Amino acid sequence: MSFLQLTGATILGFFRAVGHITHFTIVAVSHCFRPPFYFQLIWRQIVEIGYYSLPVVGLTTVFAGMVLALQSYTGFARFAAGAESSIAKVVVLSITRELAPVLAGLMVAARVGSSIAAEIGTMRVTEQIDALTTLATEPFKYLVAPRVIAGIATLPVLILIGDVIGIFGGYIVAVYKLDFNAAIYLKNTWDFVQFVDVFSGLVKATVFGFVTTLMGCYQGYFSKGGAQGVGAATINAVVSSAILILILNYMITAMFFGA
Amino acid sequence: MKTPKIKLKNVHKRFGDKVVLDGVDLEIMPGESVVIIGGSGTGKSVTIKCILGLLTPDVGEIEIDGQSVLNVSHVERNAINAKIGMLFQNAALFDSLSVWENVAFGLIEGQGMLASTAHDIALEKMAAVGLADDTAEMSPSDLSGGMRKRVGLARAIAINPEIIFFDEPTTGLDPIMGDIINELIVEITQNIGATGLSITHDMSSARKIADRIAMLYRGKIIWQGAVEEIEKTKNEFLRQFINGNSEGPIDFETAII
Repeated sequence: MSFLQLTGATILGFFRAVGHITHFTIVAVSHCFRPPFYFQLIWRQIVEIGYYSLPVVGLTTVFAGMVLALQSYTGFARFAAGAESSIAKVVVLSITRELAPVLAGLMVAARVGSSIAAEIGTMRVTEQIDALTTLATEPFKYLVAPRVIAGIATLPVLILIGDVIGIFGGYIVAVYKLDFNAAIYLKNTWDFVQFVDVFSGLVKATVFGFVTTLMGCYQGYFSKGGAQGVGAATINAVVSSAILILILNYMITAMFFGA
Repeated sequence: MKTPKIKLKNVHKRFGDKVVLDGVDLEIMPGESVVIIGGSGTGKSVTIKCILGLLTPDVGEIEIDGQSVLNVSHVERNAINAKIGMLFQNAALFDSLSVWENVAFGLIEGQGMLASTAHDIALEKMAAVGLADDTAEMSPSDLSGGMRKRVGLARAIAINPEIIFFDEPTTGLDPIMGDIINELIVEITQNIGATGLSITHDMSSARKIADRIAMLYRGKIIWQGAVEEIEKTKNEFLRQFINGNSEGPIDFETAII
């Protein structure tokens, strides 16, 4: 194959994939707004995606907060004396704007994206999705919409909880390891944080929830070829949602804070 | 002349360069049981998927009750599928649901029936296929292959369909269980007066279920006739297939997948 052919094939393949995903997204979103709604399934997914992700989000953010306090304390000591008051500000800003949404978003992408892709992928290769259609039930409505709705609804709540836990992690290190005054630390945190810091993080969370569940459904829905195909779908779901999270994170940050 | 229940006219389907269906013509009359036989990869499953609307033919026409079922809206498609029951090859039971919820799925989700009413009908249909009440709360993953087929059959007949499709109904079962399922299929389709279309490569199953047999080879129906006629056929392809000879005109190596 010549260089030109290869380039052409790659570019065409890329646009085909983008078109395919876009079409899937439009159909999936349209089914989120049209009845019938499967409230029981939506609730089950909220529990599955949201509630069961709490431990992993809590663990991620508490350690992020702890390490951040420690790093900035030792780091700041190099170039500024009396940088103590900055620690609380650095922690609250980094956690709410970046670390809670991105780290927790990636963890949820790994946990939820893979499980969605594996479940829907297995349903595809065992003909359960065909069976849904023959039983006069729309698979998009029954499988995709509840997961996407649950992803959008639960991620912001998860990240808000992650914000609190992350700040608490920084507080623990500052107060119990670095011997800061607890009241002053909290006052610094509270005085410094602005609405937009938390809000931008929650916008990110909503977008990440959408992307993760959508990619899981997409990869699972079009998986083929038995166990190997489901394995590939799982990998693709996690990798594509992680990449999209990183790219979209930059874009949303630029939107909110870009000069 | 009566309108055929299902009519396929010159149906073509290809995947990339691979031609799977190359002009299939088939008519199935109401109440009739037709079995399509053919080797692996001759397009039997694709034929059924085209009728169900899971695949769209490239060329050709498919009619159910004289109405075209191609290019219809989602709502119309669901209305058509509400008339059809399907037994999948490996039963395709929903493993997140219990046995009775599987059987009642078409009633609850498709028809909007109350769960309590659907539960009673599900138990009734399960009894019709020889499943005891105590299996109702079990998970499909706890069942044997034969029992899964029975649940799949109960799910297919739960909505009292006018048409039932059977995809390789005896595959993966021992000969005795296969025969039991065959007898169930005959009994049940006759009881509810449904039109049946089965695909199989198991000749003993085909002989038992079929009123009429059609053989699919290289994307075309190369022979069709009443089940009694297959024994005296002169058609070389059919003779090779029913006798299971490796020697003969059928070329499996280059058979179109």
